Amino acid sequence: MSGILDVLRRPDFFELLRQHILLSAAALLIGIAIALPVALAIRNTSLGAALAINIGNIGRAVPSLAILALCQPFLGFGFDTALVALTALAIPPILINASTGLREVRRDIIDAARGMGLSGSQVLTRIQLPIAAPVIFAGIRTSAVQVVASATLATFIGGGGLGELIVEGTQLNDTTILLAGSFSVAVLAIITEVGFGALERAMTPKGLKIAQKRGR
Amino acid sequence: MLLQDLSSIEDPKLIEWDWISDNFWEDIVPAIQGHIFLSFVSVAIALAISLPTGVLVYRYRKAYTPVTFVTGLLYSIPSLALFGILISIPGITIGPTPVIIALVAYSLLILIRNTVAGLDAVPAETIDAARGMGLTDSQILLRVELPLALPVIVAGIRIATVTIIGIATIGAYIAGGGLGKMIFDGINRSFPTMIITGAVLATLLAIIADLALLALERYLRPWARRRA
Repeated sequence: MSGILDVLRRPDFFELLRQHILLSAAALLIGIAIALPVALAIRNTSLGAALAINIGNIGRAVPSLAILALCQPFLGFGFDTALVALTALAIPPILINASTGLREVRRDIIDAARGMGLSGSQVLTRIQLPIAAPVIFAGIRTSAVQVVASATLATFIGGGGLGELIVEGTQLNDTTILLAGSFSVAVLAIITEVGFGALERAMTPKGLKIAQKRGR
Repeated sequence: MLLQDLSSIEDPKLIEWDWISDNFWEDIVPAIQGHIFLSFVSVAIALAISLPTGVLVYRYRKAYTPVTFVTGLLYSIPSLALFGILISIPGITIGPTPVIIALVAYSLLILIRNTVAGLDAVPAETIDAARGMGLTDSQILLRVELPLALPVIVAGIRIATVTIIGIATIGAYIAGGGLGKMIFDGINRSFPTMIITGAVLATLLAIIADLALLALERYLRPWARRRA
């Protein structure tokens, strides 16, 4: 156990952790910046939404190692290649959830808002987005957890991150380094899951929480 | 920049079709078979654990939170980390065994949750009617509740299978075999043909499994089919 702590005190551990977080955060942010506007643009067309959801579903089926590996022959080894691959992984869950969330806002609520004189953009910002917020944030959470987990694989295409400790441990047949890498990755993933879960609850509008408690 | 990189390599071709045709029967087909075997065995074992557990949790509601907490924790551990932890355990060596253990662990949350959700969705009147007809508890479970819950359970099997096919590629890192081995070998030898073949086949396998199980799910839900 003390051996594991020694690994965590190594100067390169901090650098690997920093790379891992930077890679994941950048991929997630770029993923949101691509997926959310697309979901907003197609929210009122049923063809666009069906297309986005189906493409998103197929995208979710693509194995994460396959995406990372497929980028390598085209973009070479390195951080940037891993970033492109992880961004591609981040998009589908956000796209699916944002599209379904925005479409599932009940028609009569939008009609009521329209009747009260709200414009199209007011309906979006005051009605559709707040009601869809929990579903959208659930998508971002799924995405974040997946990206943090898959960033472990970045090491195979020279992208750095905590996966490097796992590879080092396996290659040197050193259980201490292997466990230090594995545990730190696991803890990071669980923190992401719990943290984004809290964010999801915080982003649920008060009115919706009351409705959920009452059982709608 | 990309063009320069490519021209500096002796053979600039991303895909050498000759390699694929030369190694089709010796390397590629066994890799596909190995991948299907790993995934199938893992889903089968996971189902054998999850179905009874799901039924138990459905009966004893208090167990739901602890069971989903533990399986949820397993589910959120990144696969390479779980492989690393498993092969550190004395007695477990690299090979298909730790890969199958990890793949089973990842399926539990999805399968148990869907089993419970499927059983929950069985209308109370239907169960009352079955009891009125004189069926015992176990008869109700086997003839009424489980058949009605089947589409939701199959939906869980679908998600679990697609997840497992994806994670199984990473299992090749600890010698689990399958299509991931082609990806890793291709990266180690800087041989794009192998990387692309392995990655594309793994993706196709996941998408085919997804669509096939979706078809099964629709077939088991005739009422939804008619409406669509």
